[in-house]
Amino acid sequence: MPTFDEFAPIGALLILSVVMVALITIISRLFGPYRPSLRKTAPYESGMKPIGPAVRRFPVRFYLIAVLFILFDIEVVFMLPWAVVFRQLGLFALIEMVIFIAILLVGYFYAWRKGALEWE
Amino acid sequence: MQLPSLSELNLGLTVPALSLALWACILLVIDLFIPRDRKSVTAWLAAGGVVFAFIANLLVYRDPGVAFMGLFVADEFAGFLNIVVLLTAFIAILMSVDYLKRTGIERGEYYVLLLMTTSGIMFMNSANDLAVVFIALELLSIPLYVLAAFRAPEERSEEAGLKYFILGAFASAFFVFGAALIYGATGSSSLPVIVDAVGRALAGEGSSLLLLLMGSGLILAGLGFKVAVVPFHMWTPDVYEGAPTPVTAFMSVGAKVGGFAALLRILLVALPALTVAEGDAVAGWQTATWVVAALTLILGNIVAISQTNIKRLLAYSSIAHAGYVLMAVAAAGTPGVSDQATRAALIYLMAYMFTNLGAFAVAMAIEKDDGSGTSLDDFKGLGRSRPLLAAIMAVFMLSLTGIPLTAGFVGKWVVFQATIEAGLYTLAVIGVLTSVISAFYYVRVIVNMFLEDGEGDPAAAATPYVQWAIYLTFAGTLVLGIIPSLVTNLSGPVALAVASLVP
Amino acid sequence: MENYPQLVPLIILIPALGAIINMLVGARLTERWSSLIATTASALSFVIAILLYSYLHASGYQAAIVNPPVLQDWILIESLNINIPWQLRVDTLSVTMMLVITGVGTLIHIYSAGYMHGDPRFSRFFVYLNLFLAFMLILVAGNNFLVLFVGWEGVGLCSWFLIGFWFDKSRGIGWKNANAARKAMIANRVGDFGMLIGIFLTFWTFSTLDFYRPGEIANPHAGEHGAAVEHVEAATVEGETAGEHGDEHGDEHAAGPVYTDNEHIPTEQLGVFGQAERMLALPEGDPGRTVALGPFRADIVAVLGLITFFFLIGVTGKSAQIPLFVWLPDAMAGPTPASALIHAATMVTAGVYLMVRSNVFYAAADLTSLLVTIIGVATALVAGFVALGQWDIKRVLAYSTVSQLGFMVAAVGIGAYGAAMFHLVTHAFFKALLFLGSGSVIHGVEHGHHETHHAAHGDGHAGEADEFDPQDMRNMGGLASRMPVTYITYLIGTLALAGIWPFAGFWSKDEILGDSWVAGLVNNELGGFIALAGLLLAAAFTAFYMWRQVELVFHGRPRTEAAAHAPESSLSMLIPLIVLAVFSVIGGFINLPGNAAIPTLGLDAVLGVHQFGSFLEHSVVNIHAADLQPLIAIVALGLAIGAILMARSIYGLNRGVTADRRDVLEANASFSRMWRLANARLYWDETYRRLFEQPFNRTSQFLADTLDWAFWHDYVHDTIIAKGFRAIGTLLSQPVDLGLIDGVVNGIGRLMRWASGGLREIQTGYVRTYAVSVLLGVVVVLIILLLPYIQRALASGN
Repeated sequence: MPTFDEFAPIGALLILSVVMVALITIISRLFGPYRPSLRKTAPYESGMKPIGPAVRRFPVRFYLIAVLFILFDIEVVFMLPWAVVFRQLGLFALIEMVIFIAILLVGYFYAWRKGALEWE
Repeated sequence: MQLPSLSELNLGLTVPALSLALWACILLVIDLFIPRDRKSVTAWLAAGGVVFAFIANLLVYRDPGVAFMGLFVADEFAGFLNIVVLLTAFIAILMSVDYLKRTGIERGEYYVLLLMTTSGIMFMNSANDLAVVFIALELLSIPLYVLAAFRAPEERSEEAGLKYFILGAFASAFFVFGAALIYGATGSSSLPVIVDAVGRALAGEGSSLLLLLMGSGLILAGLGFKVAVVPFHMWTPDVYEGAPTPVTAFMSVGAKVGGFAALLRILLVALPALTVAEGDAVAGWQTATWVVAALTLILGNIVAISQTNIKRLLAYSSIAHAGYVLMAVAAAGTPGVSDQATRAALIYLMAYMFTNLGAFAVAMAIEKDDGSGTSLDDFKGLGRSRPLLAAIMAVFMLSLTGIPLTAGFVGKWVVFQATIEAGLYTLAVIGVLTSVISAFYYVRVIVNMFLEDGEGDPAAAATPYVQWAIYLTFAGTLVLGIIPSLVTNLSGPVALAVASLVP
Repeated sequence: MENYPQLVPLIILIPALGAIINMLVGARLTERWSSLIATTASALSFVIAILLYSYLHASGYQAAIVNPPVLQDWILIESLNINIPWQLRVDTLSVTMMLVITGVGTLIHIYSAGYMHGDPRFSRFFVYLNLFLAFMLILVAGNNFLVLFVGWEGVGLCSWFLIGFWFDKSRGIGWKNANAARKAMIANRVGDFGMLIGIFLTFWTFSTLDFYRPGEIANPHAGEHGAAVEHVEAATVEGETAGEHGDEHGDEHAAGPVYTDNEHIPTEQLGVFGQAERMLALPEGDPGRTVALGPFRADIVAVLGLITFFFLIGVTGKSAQIPLFVWLPDAMAGPTPASALIHAATMVTAGVYLMVRSNVFYAAADLTSLLVTIIGVATALVAGFVALGQWDIKRVLAYSTVSQLGFMVAAVGIGAYGAAMFHLVTHAFFKALLFLGSGSVIHGVEHGHHETHHAAHGDGHAGEADEFDPQDMRNMGGLASRMPVTYITYLIGTLALAGIWPFAGFWSKDEILGDSWVAGLVNNELGGFIALAGLLLAAAFTAFYMWRQVELVFHGRPRTEAAAHAPESSLSMLIPLIVLAVFSVIGGFINLPGNAAIPTLGLDAVLGVHQFGSFLEHSVVNIHAADLQPLIAIVALGLAIGAILMARSIYGLNRGVTADRRDVLEANASFSRMWRLANARLYWDETYRRLFEQPFNRTSQFLADTLDWAFWHDYVHDTIIAKGFRAIGTLLSQPVDLGLIDGVVNGIGRLMRWASGGLREIQTGYVRTYAVSVLLGVVVVLIILLLPYIQRALASGN
């Protein structure tokens, strides 16, 4: 039977975060100048318009970079568990990982040569 | 944890498939240093890789074994299908060299992707584990998605690639779901292990029979999509029409080979005894394959009649041919016939490979640079302007119809034989009747070529490599048709290998 | 030497090969090579024919049957006991024909090389000539009626090729040539129909078509009379076991017993003639004599009468006899060498050969034989008469050929098979000679015309040139001095044809006359009388028209510039003329009569008498060795000389052609009508046109325009069928169609459209549709898979 004590840190964290948010909002309101405009009052002020067609033009470079990012990010996901048990697995796993990375490197090299990493 | 030593992996057996994948990676890098106007070098390097894999495959062919701790099996079944696939890849490369050049889409990645997908099919042929099947399936599919869209920014090609990708992913999901259900029911993804679990399930130990049946149905659907059988076929005409012609040719044969290889192996190695209750004579999936095959035959052949574009016509015809192979699969569900039926399927695939590739090669020879010229009307008068080409095309059409002395006849003959042997008389009758229907649209091509007036296309570009492809497939069609014993004997032990290689 | 008969396939193969070579590469060869190949092929065949003769001579004239290698069986249905092999026969009759065909053929090949010089289709001409030789040799070498028929049709085909050879000449001449070819083809078709029926009947009667079977002796009595020929009979040479065992080889004929007759062979294993003889030998009323033809049963004699009658129809076509002879004069449209070879020396004698070959049949069929006699005599007379009034040099010869063929046919009719063959051989010599001579004349006149024309106009443009007919005898005259070699050889040919002693024609023609004397006056046969009277008259005609020709062509003064400048022909044309002239002189000596009353220049002591007859005797059972009758010979000779003198007195000394280019007889009031009748060819063609062509055309017009088009299409289709349908349609559409039928029919229609095109509409192109269809498919598959499971679960639950 779990006691209330066990959930005490979570409760503390919850209270702390609420207090913090309230505090910051109130302080900035008290001390900061307040000159609202349409653009400023929009949510996600620095981003795109929140309302409008979902499909819209986007520089394709974003996609390229994003795809490459995911590709090489996944690489890390594979490497992490491998690294944890590396000592137990030994040489065989090392070779496997070298092959894996080599294949990824081929892709990386390809992307590089093709100019996929250049912004302009 | 007990890890295998290198020698235990039996890497030698995997050389044909692995070498191709590896070569694809290396070629990707090499290609970067080949100037734009000399991309045919890449083509020949890729072809060299295929030839190497072919030779390696021949060496492995008669020496069956298991590699990667049972994940990968190199038996004669796989060897035979590898031959078919590698020939397909080789012919596709021959067809591509000039085609890419004249349609302005000559890029080295094309050949790399082709090698990738070929190796994927080869892994598929050898996969002995549901997980490997899935990985091979993706290795097969993803390059094909790209290849289908290779003619971008041409709209139809982009559309083809996208459609194929979305629906392919959808179908893959079904496959994975099916594999997961079977894993859940049996506790293993290894096909030979699943067999035992199925036996236990039938004996009433555990209540996993429902999961097994559902799993097999979903796998049938997932692979059925790859081989384009009704009702999982709808992407086929659009994709076949939109994709560059050599890709279509490759897809229509290669993807089917891989799909059927996996289907046959899963159904015959893992689920041969999967019945509703212990003691049933035939496998539980027979009825489903039966129905799908019948639907495929009827729909594929009937809809093909109203097609006016040769690539669409061949797309529907390829659907219909998948139906004939599926007839063999259905027949394999009857115990005792499975060997014969497997053999029939393999022979059919090889016959179909030669004939269909040839037909596509001819279609390509008269296709114009902008992708037009693929209407059936463009064949009018070809008999006069290009008599040899037209005559060869006529042979291909007759072979697709299944006229004796062509490979197509041999294929149909063995398939019908197996179907009748299995007692599926209605299916056999449907098969025969639909072959008769198919004659209608195949013969129409011949009629257009020889009996209709038209200027033909004097500029029809059968460049040397394409001509080689045509001659090669023509020779294959005739040799198979005239000396069927060549393959009927060759694949004699093949079917046995499926059963006997279970560790 | 005993293996020589094995060469007989080569005699056919070599000309065929020559034809093929010229056909394939002839257009690229020079004239010299093209003609050399063809001539060599022909000459080699001749050499083989001589070898075959020497075999016959050495083997005591025993026949050999040869199965050509590779082509062993032709029509072989063992279950029905039908076996018609590609068998060839080497016996005295076939070798005689081979010698004539290849000998004369070779000479004509040589001649053609000169005659056809410069023709745009030079090599093709030789293709046809060689092809003709091959087929003609098949015809004479075949050992059964069907092989014979292959040759029979083949030579007809070549004849058609060659008659129409100049189908592309301008000014309608090409049309005329093509029509002549067609006429020949059609007339022969009529004959071939009879021939085929005859062959079918033969097969029906005897269950075989073989003339003689291997081991069978054609005439066991040969050599018992006539010349002292050592009589040795044995089995045939190698390959004789037709269609039974191909592995038996030559040496066993030495081992087996030597038979001198056919008694040891069962009747059903004999050839047609052997069987016929057996049946005929049976006493009247014996059941073995009856032949069952379907529901009818007939005596063998009646059946043979029928068979021979149908063969006769074939003969009248091929050998240009009444009523089918009309094609032969027109056939002169072909190049002259072809006329000489095909339409004088060889092909047209095929009918005579057929009848002589079937002598067993004809000898038994009295009625047909009488008909044969009548046809032959009538043909000889009619053609001889028509020849009197022709201007075309080749046309005269053509009718002369028809007339002489009439002699041969009549000889067959009265049973004088040997005489018929004898006349066939000699006629081949002198008629080929005459034709080639006429060709030389035409050639010369043509050249003379060109020369004068050239001189006159300088540039030689056309104009009147094409109206000039180099074959019209009115344009000739006085050529004797311009063309001396042609003249002398032509003269020899004329005398031989007219039957002047001692030229070849005398011996053969008078033997026919002698035989008809025997048949008529000694044996008291009707045919004999007819033949004797008719042929004597015809012989007189022959001498008259031939001399008229000599006078018009060679004697007197040239009537045109062309004739005045005609040059002598080239050597390659003259050599064959000379050779043939020699044979026209000595050809008759091969069968000297045994009658001392006829002077033989003492040659009978050297050459023996009746040599040819006793040679043929080994193949022809019913040969006669009738001697020349001195009386008849004298009468015939007298008639011939009288006719020549008459012709000389009428046509000699430039009197032949009047100033208005009419014949002197035409100008003469009392002969005018008769001459015009001959000139118009007795209105024979016109009669045919009236009797057959026009009714035929009218019938076909009626059938096509009235019956088929007006009645069937317009009336039946439009009125009965269309209107009827419309009526029924109206009837049905109102009450029935809108309700029941409409629903069903449209339903089916919709179904089909749905099935073929409609299914296409599902193919929307939207990925979402596809995805849904995949999903639905999965559901369907799962239901199918799970249904039995659920059923079972429910069943066990209950």
